Amino acid sequence: MELELRGITKRFPGVIANDAVDLVVAPGEVHGLLGENGAGKSTLMNVLYGLYRADEGEIIIDGTPLQLDDPGDAIDAGIGMVHQHFMLVPVFTVAENIVLGVEHTRGLGRLDRARASQEVAELAERSGLPVDPDALVEELPVGIQQRVEILKALYRDARLLILDEPTAVLTPQEADDLFDAIRAFTTEGRSVIFISHKLREHRAIADRISVLRRGRIVGTADPREASEQDLANLMVGRPVELTVHKPPAEPTDSVLEVQGLRVEDAVGTPVVQDLDLQIRRGEIVAIAGVEGNGQTPLVAALTGLREVADGTVTIAGREVVGATRKQILRDGTGHVPEDRARDGLVADFSVAENLVLNLWDAEPYARRGTLQFGAINAHARELVGAYDIRTPSVGTSAGSLSGGNQQKLVVAREFARPIDLLVASQPTRGVDVGSIEYIHSQLVAKRDEGTAVLLVSSELDEVLALADRVAVMYHGRLVGPFDTPISKEAVGRMMAGADPAEVLGAAATSPTTTTTPPDDPATADGSSPGAPA
Amino acid sequence: MSQAMTTPATQRRRERRFGMFSLLVLAGMLGVFASSTRGERATFILNDARGQLFELPDLVLPVVPTVILLSAVVAGIAARQFTRGFGSRAVVIVGVVALLFVIAFLTWAAAGGQLSVVGLLRGSLARATPIAFGAMAGVLCERAGVINIAIEGQFLAGAFTAAVVSSIAGDPWVGLIGGISAGVLVAFMLAGLSIRFQADQIVVGVVLIVFATGVTSFLNTQVLSGNPQLNSPTRFPAISVPVLSEIPLIGPVLFRQSLLVFGMIAAVIVLQYGLFQTRWGLRLRSVGEHPLAADTVGIHVLATRYKAVLLGGVFAGIGGSWWTLDAGGQFSREMTGGRGFIALAAMLVGRYSPVGAFGAALIFGFSDQLATSLQLLRVPVPSDLLLTAPYLVTIVVVAGLIGRLRVPAADGKPYVKQ
Repeated sequence: MELELRGITKRFPGVIANDAVDLVVAPGEVHGLLGENGAGKSTLMNVLYGLYRADEGEIIIDGTPLQLDDPGDAIDAGIGMVHQHFMLVPVFTVAENIVLGVEHTRGLGRLDRARASQEVAELAERSGLPVDPDALVEELPVGIQQRVEILKALYRDARLLILDEPTAVLTPQEADDLFDAIRAFTTEGRSVIFISHKLREHRAIADRISVLRRGRIVGTADPREASEQDLANLMVGRPVELTVHKPPAEPTDSVLEVQGLRVEDAVGTPVVQDLDLQIRRGEIVAIAGVEGNGQTPLVAALTGLREVADGTVTIAGREVVGATRKQILRDGTGHVPEDRARDGLVADFSVAENLVLNLWDAEPYARRGTLQFGAINAHARELVGAYDIRTPSVGTSAGSLSGGNQQKLVVAREFARPIDLLVASQPTRGVDVGSIEYIHSQLVAKRDEGTAVLLVSSELDEVLALADRVAVMYHGRLVGPFDTPISKEAVGRMMAGADPAEVLGAAATSPTTTTTPPDDPATADGSSPGAPA
Repeated sequence: MSQAMTTPATQRRRERRFGMFSLLVLAGMLGVFASSTRGERATFILNDARGQLFELPDLVLPVVPTVILLSAVVAGIAARQFTRGFGSRAVVIVGVVALLFVIAFLTWAAAGGQLSVVGLLRGSLARATPIAFGAMAGVLCERAGVINIAIEGQFLAGAFTAAVVSSIAGDPWVGLIGGISAGVLVAFMLAGLSIRFQADQIVVGVVLIVFATGVTSFLNTQVLSGNPQLNSPTRFPAISVPVLSEIPLIGPVLFRQSLLVFGMIAAVIVLQYGLFQTRWGLRLRSVGEHPLAADTVGIHVLATRYKAVLLGGVFAGIGGSWWTLDAGGQFSREMTGGRGFIALAAMLVGRYSPVGAFGAALIFGFSDQLATSLQLLRVPVPSDLLLTAPYLVTIVVVAGLIGRLRVPAADGKPYVKQ
């Protein structure tokens, strides 16, 4: 269907989330909506879906202006939305979730479950999105849950599907399946609005891209013509560095020494075993691997958050096993945790308070058991400026910042003091291009200051861009680290469990083959962290 | 989401805990019941005083051999529990152990005397009635995402109003309508404060209990004590189902009860069906689990919650009316004695399902009735202590089962629309 948004404006207290947005989506089109976190993409879509009411502007569908007061109106108008956080009831079955709100009943209001299951099975078959209608949603992997969300929209005869950051939760393989489903959907004149801040995905799936910055449409591009660099510049509003500039590492003395590390889960199964690792001052060692191969428990063990079953860990000569977490941090370890919202900050605390979470009882931020807000706020103002954290004030609660700015806050806190070892786990997850660029440059700066840096990331591009040495984790064991440059394909194969001797055998004899030619079909395989293990 | 997951370690811990439970029960049985008996035989009367198709013989059990036999069975279960474990059947086994304990206890208590089994069971079902009604009120509210701890307040308001209205009108049906109105009125305050104004639902619940207690106590002393004609309600008569009520043992227990008891059983069945088999129930539960998801498919979250809480008020009002239109007949100060909280416990033990809550209500009703029956047997335990039995059972049951409970995900969380 054809959709036109005219002059949509939505204000929240203190912010204009959408400022006179005009947008036209043609029938059969996949329209990409690109923008940084907090640019107003989700707000705009929530207005279109009737969850928010626009302060000004018009929504016109197939030539008719519509008033959308609640999602029911949007559904009636043929709009379906797959939200970033799924709108599924975990304890209901797939079929129950899909028919919720439009249930068929027999006498006495009895749900016609058999009919629902059958209709869902047929719909799934027809649209190429296979799913078991009677499975409980909470028992399904996220990729399948997303499929249920799409089916939910299709069941309501959606002719325009809004996908809000659909790939954020998917493995590359699942993302490919999603793209196939999107292409199938747009035949017969149905349209899709695809929201993402990942440039690559827009170029892969969109027919046209509108770029949103600070609530305004700042440009529309054809993905076949615009380069990633053009799009990134448009999105951020200034020229962005997509590659990391990094002088060669000059490692000195050793900081982190891990020997024979073993970490077990609650029932005594090893999740990390026989792990040896050494990191020196002035180098970045990156650990690649598909998530769930022991990276999380490894980081937890190094930072004292998890009990070590066997082995030794020393940081700058100090024993970590048995030391308290506070001691480890105070002695000179910085930790950017994987899940910033859960482990990185206290959402209800202010920006200033969050910036001293690791130094809360140390001078000058506390004196005789009393917080010194003068010093804390001065410190915060300094870091907010130095690390470009976009916040209305240092008294704003951290939870109200955008994801990228929350991450910059965590980075600022961990980077701002002199440390021996920095452990950064998925430091750019869910962060927009502008912030990624910034965090990457800060990691390199920290390295050049003489800090030993351990980077754990499931983004292979990030690993290869930053690492001085690369190790791979697979089933709780570490292979490597190997010196860079190393081919993407080789790392990809080791992430899937290949024997390093075999993978690197050829490379060792002829170093010229370490960079695989781009047209080598194996590259595509090796670059997907979700390749079947 | 992963709280329901059972690791082998917690499984082992649970098995050990069940084993310890069995041993404790065993020690109690041998130590107290077998050693200090007041008579050699315990007589259980299985007949009812009123007419029945045929007479059953009284069950006469020798006290010490019975207790020792039952103890031996429990000892066997405990031994097996420690050596091999019962795995997934452990919960059933715990139930069996508890039942054996109760039989041993009754044998000991009835030693040298007579215990009417019909009276005990019939009373249990009757006393389970208000608890089950209250628990269903809780199930309705919490399945829709509103925590209702004010059931006790709804009981008191219902009991008081039903008594006064029935006294004035001289008709229990009119009294019941009065009781329902009072329950709905309290529910309306709960709904307004927690859904519309998004107040903390626990605090609102406590306030409503205090409010209902205060108002009914005040009116009781100021108005009812001076005007006894306002506090002499006409009650619902017991109804005997023809033929069925004459079956020995089962008849008088199940088919010679008051109208409210039959109403409760019907309500449990209808509500169980409604919540889990109908469109209404699916929508109501979706609102309690993930209100935003319900909203995005066009379900009106706040209206659904309002209706659920008000319907809960109907059930709680009927439950409250039980005290004055069925059991006691006269309103007295704080006469519900915390049964609203026990209803809350029954809801939790029954895992937010009407049938489960009914089962739990039966256990609580039984312990309630048992305390009364034991007083009649002049068991050498102080009566005040006996009357704490229902509360003790509550603590044990809630502590033992509540860990594996799955609460509706949005329970107690106000829904805010942008």
